[in-house]
Amino acid sequence: MSGQEMSGAEIVIKALADQGVDVIFGYPGGAVLPLYDALFKQNRIKHVLVRQEAGAVHAAEGYARSTGKPGVVLVTSGPGATNAVTGLTDALMDSIPVVCLTGQVATHMIGNDAFQECDTTGITRPCTKHNYLVKDANDVARVMHEAFFVASNGRPGPVVVDLPKDVQINIGKYVGPSNVTHKTYRPQVKGDLGKIRQAVDMIARARQPIFYVGGGVINSGPKASQLLTEFVRATGYPITNTLMGLGSYPASDKQFVGMLGMHGTYEANLCMHQCDVMICIGARFDDRITGRLDAFSPNSKKIHIDIDPSSINKNIAVDLAIIGDAGHVLEDMIKVWKTGAHQPDADALASWWTQIEQWRKRDSLKFDRKSKVIKPQYAIERLYQATKHRDDVYITTEVGQHQMWAAQHFHFEKPNRWMTSGGLGTMGYGLPAAMGVQMAHPDALVVDIAGEASILMNIQEMSTLAQYKLPVKVFILNNQWMGMVRQWQELLHGARYSESYMDSLPDFVALAESFKAVGLRAENPDDLDGLIQEMLATDKAVIADVRVDPLENCFPMVPSGAAHNEMILGDEEKQEDKPTVTDDGLALV
Amino acid sequence: MKQETTIERHIIAVLVDNEAGVLARVIGLFSGRGYNIESLTVAEVEHESAQSRINIVTTGTPMIIAQIIAQLDRLVPVHRVTDLTEGRHLERELALIKVQATGEKRLESLRIADIFRARAVDSTDRSFVFELTGSTEKLDDFINLMRPLGQVNVSRTGVVAISRGPIQSDSLK
Ligand SMILES: Cc1cc2nc3c(=O)[nH]c(=O)nc-3n(C[C@H](O)[C@H](O)[C@H](O)COP(=O)(O)OP(=O)(O)OC[C@H]3O[C@@H](n4cnc5c(N)ncnc54)[C@H](O)[C@@H]3O)c2cc1C
Ligand SMILES: Cc1ncc(C[n+]2csc(CCOP(=O)(O)OP(=O)(O)O)c2C)c(N)n1
Repeated sequence: MSGQEMSGAEIVIKALADQGVDVIFGYPGGAVLPLYDALFKQNRIKHVLVRQEAGAVHAAEGYARSTGKPGVVLVTSGPGATNAVTGLTDALMDSIPVVCLTGQVATHMIGNDAFQECDTTGITRPCTKHNYLVKDANDVARVMHEAFFVASNGRPGPVVVDLPKDVQINIGKYVGPSNVTHKTYRPQVKGDLGKIRQAVDMIARARQPIFYVGGGVINSGPKASQLLTEFVRATGYPITNTLMGLGSYPASDKQFVGMLGMHGTYEANLCMHQCDVMICIGARFDDRITGRLDAFSPNSKKIHIDIDPSSINKNIAVDLAIIGDAGHVLEDMIKVWKTGAHQPDADALASWWTQIEQWRKRDSLKFDRKSKVIKPQYAIERLYQATKHRDDVYITTEVGQHQMWAAQHFHFEKPNRWMTSGGLGTMGYGLPAAMGVQMAHPDALVVDIAGEASILMNIQEMSTLAQYKLPVKVFILNNQWMGMVRQWQELLHGARYSESYMDSLPDFVALAESFKAVGLRAENPDDLDGLIQEMLATDKAVIADVRVDPLENCFPMVPSGAAHNEMILGDEEKQEDKPTVTDDGLALV
Repeated sequence: MKQETTIERHIIAVLVDNEAGVLARVIGLFSGRGYNIESLTVAEVEHESAQSRINIVTTGTPMIIAQIIAQLDRLVPVHRVTDLTEGRHLERELALIKVQATGEKRLESLRIADIFRARAVDSTDRSFVFELTGSTEKLDDFINLMRPLGQVNVSRTGVVAISRGPIQSDSLK
């Protein structure tokens, strides 16, 4: 079929179809009218009309993270493109494959401050993995296929294709995906076998090991999670996940010690602090993980497996780096492990586990179960208990305390079930992301665990849910505060609650109804199970307004600039044991 | 692993596809991540395949230098990145230096130019323009000797560099 002639807009649509795209999220405008016209004339690709372009990108992210396929966005020039910037940055930080098509003014107008012109490739250069401005209809097909290749290979990320209006109208030649190979981009997927042998040897000799596993294993695909589980079980070693890695290893397994980092469990962080061999797979030593750099895991040898060489030695210098795809490297590691008859020191491992069990006994995620008000942790626990028998549960979150409680108290057995904004921490991510997940999995249970502040950032997408009859459940832990901000102000700024109270909140039940959704409310712990049951039984979108303890704090917490062994636990806080934060720490985010 | 904290100077050569915006990508990477650029040169080196070579002189700890190389390498239009400082290499910079002086100082500038093998490529009764090629230090020394003699205007190319010895496959050395 190569060499077929058609308009630039038709080339775009055909390229999308040939790339296996079934749904795109977008919003029209002057500079993309030819594209919308081409969309109108076909029925292979479904278009979801969002209510603001930021929603389109987050929806594409949710779609991508829950399916492993790139999410696709279509927006107009100028304000359409600038509204997409937050979502693009979010996708870059969290390594989510997104292809975002932006309209642009006609090529001869570029640079003249034309109506709705903006320098889209200039603005998005630092917040995309790559971007293109296409100036010739004959280049459209190649660029489209390259964009999909770049977005989803190597370390995934967002790619922008800027399409001037005349290029959409002009006639060009179509070429299929198999006729396009990228000139320069060749990520390394197979790991160096010599280094893999060395790594397996280090792992086998470890006495106090920990697997520290992140989002890269999810990026690699479900097979990588299976291989990870197989390998970790073969070693008998403890494993912790980052926020982005949750679901790569079954949370119910006894070798899983929970999430690590700023709001990680006591046992996970102490394992990191005291280990002698750290096996990092697809995680990037983020500052939410390391705490104070010079006190991070001071006595360990560190192995780092990552597909992106720039993740290696960025924050923490490691002893052995293996560049490659997590799935491929794990496959080779398992082979080497099996053939080499590697036997870890059983006594050392047993005493390491004895130590870990002692840490576990601190029960660092405990909360007051006898409370007369709904504890937010309790609300999430009940939601988990009510849904854990199901295999089709997808959770998204907004950003704040509720996000951390969801990470701590909702447990994931499988990858691609947990969608959260980790790197950028974008309030307003959860609702549109849930929309994207529900589009990909129409019959699944999709819940956005939200805060009342975050949900207002993209609440307009309730209207999209109504239009496409998407039964997303918005589960608001309503504490009437920007809880995470209030917590930092309480602990670090002398309880001066500057602008963090959410005054004049809407009536969320009435709000739901105005969007043709169902509104529910729970004020007491006794109402909670009933609310959850009703929510699950409703086949429409729901906003559940769960009134939780307004002053609850999220613990454990490693304050900024502190070390892992300087964690604050909730019970200490009640003894007026305020955290000690250094001046350097105060300057950190 | 120990983290070295000494600051080193490195010359990094980057072979890129000569496409629109590629220089902005490279410069944006340095400014966005807070890396230093001491000098930067760009020119097309392969016309047929439309490839340009960028020579960047930068400074940083060994960990930062390694980051810079990795970050450059992951830019999509980048073919290859080579740290020339790792091996034996040649560095050259070209400068055009205008010196405005009269009388004895004018003669002195000519004498110094002779010692440095700088060529006078333009002259008036009050000025010379000298052309000088060499290492960055040689150019610095020359300019520093000229300054006391009169008003000095300088235009420099920044460093271009290449490795010594035969062509090594798959690198820019
Ligand atoms: C309010 C708030 C609090 C937070 N608190 C915590 C906390 O307590 N604990 C926590 O863990 N996080 C926390 N985060 C999230 C944190 O900011 C980071 O987003 C997160 O820790 C990064 O996860 P990661 O290291 O798994 O890396 P990701 O961002 O998931 O990066 C993936 C890594 O894997 C690599 N990779 C990608 N694909 C592959 C592949 N195929 N094979 C191999 N490697 C690959 C990438 O190059 C990259 O290095 C918090 C966020 C917010 C908003
Ligand atoms: C777009 C954006 N603006 C500001 C912030 C800073 N911020 C982080 S958490 C938070 C409060 C979130 O409040 P809410 O959604 O009610 O959640 P809670 O912490 O109360 O659970 C704020 C303002 C952010 N992460 N994103």
